[in-house]
Amino acid sequence: MTSLIACHECDLLNRETVIPPGGKACCRRCGALLYRRTRNSLDRTLAFTLGAAVLMVVANLFPIVELDAQGHRTSTTLFGSVRTLYDDEMRSVATLVFATTILMPALETGAMIYMLLPLKLGWVPKRLPAMFRLVQTARPWSMVEVFMLGTLVSLAKLEHLAHVVPGIALWSFGALMALMAAAAASFDAHELWARVEATGRRAPRFSMAASNGEAAR
Amino acid sequence: MTTMTAAEAGLLPCHACHLLHRPSQVAHGLVCVRCSATLHLRKPDSITRVWAFLIAAYILYVPANVLPVMETGSLFGSQTDTIMSGVVYLWTSGSWPLAVIVFVASILVPGAKLIALTVLLISVQRSSTWRPHDRGRLYRIVELVGRWSMLDIYVAAILTALVQFKSLATIRAGPGAIAFGAVVVLTMFAAEAFDPRLIWDPVRRHHAAHTD
Repeated sequence: MTSLIACHECDLLNRETVIPPGGKACCRRCGALLYRRTRNSLDRTLAFTLGAAVLMVVANLFPIVELDAQGHRTSTTLFGSVRTLYDDEMRSVATLVFATTILMPALETGAMIYMLLPLKLGWVPKRLPAMFRLVQTARPWSMVEVFMLGTLVSLAKLEHLAHVVPGIALWSFGALMALMAAAAASFDAHELWARVEATGRRAPRFSMAASNGEAAR
Repeated sequence: MTTMTAAEAGLLPCHACHLLHRPSQVAHGLVCVRCSATLHLRKPDSITRVWAFLIAAYILYVPANVLPVMETGSLFGSQTDTIMSGVVYLWTSGSWPLAVIVFVASILVPGAKLIALTVLLISVQRSSTWRPHDRGRLYRIVELVGRWSMLDIYVAAILTALVQFKSLATIRAGPGAIAFGAVVVLTMFAAEAFDPRLIWDPVRRHHAAHTD
């Protein structure tokens, strides 16, 4: 049963073949991407995700941009702009911005770390299946890269109006966008389930060192 | 075996982790044995749900484009901008690359997405066997580009927060932004509710009828 995979777009059964790292397998009929293989997929994803988590904190704590118009200075953090919208009777828009730029990216990153860090240490976290589904649900709604473009467009619009000073968070958002994309691209769900199965069978939580060596294969 | 779909082989694939199930494996409630997602042969009520989201999106598409998304107040009076007038302003003020970006993300993509989903939906409803490859590709593109329409919402959010110079100028988000955000969210829900396998189901039946 494991040697077959159903295409998620046209339902055709494809034989699962071994492909070289860096390669990808597509459906024979409709050409949809079936799976990808990346060398050390889970380690890479974990590394990128941990980096993203750190940047996410920085990106949310510091101002994105500062504006200087004839001595009047204003600056805003991401959450600050959500607050302004919320206080301005734009609650639905504020909620949408909050969900897509703060909540969903945080859920996606948190769930990923919850799955991958314990696996790396040699045990299977209890709620891994729920977290796997959470990542899948959150991903389409986390729009850090769109937000980044939106920020750049607003800065370009403001340039003739006032002096624009990019803040720390702007650079952090740029890097966060790159790391989240890298994490998503290197994540191989097939590898995840293979690791879960291998780790789960050995079960004992305390034999970390031993299982680590084997799981790396 | 190699030209069969999972449905024809009587297998249930998990939409989340892609594990294939025999019906006997999941006798106790249709739940994936690996990731515990609910199993469906096809997304439930796909066509009805997509229609509901699409019709709501079409209705809101009007206020999204007619009502102002931004209200600018300054010493010299106030000015309101709809999405289109914002693009025109960018174009005439000389920043045409920005005008193109905003036009594509805020006007072209949402409009094209609504039309594309409607075409896909009608073709699926009529069990069409017309160019399934291209329709499949169209669906993939719709899924990929839809998120970029959020651009205008973020621009409004940033500008509102930054341009708060009490006496000189203030920018507020307008009611159009609410409708526009709703259109983006509704079309994303529609794309998610659509089951691309419905494009291929009639193709298979059609093919089988001819070879039998």
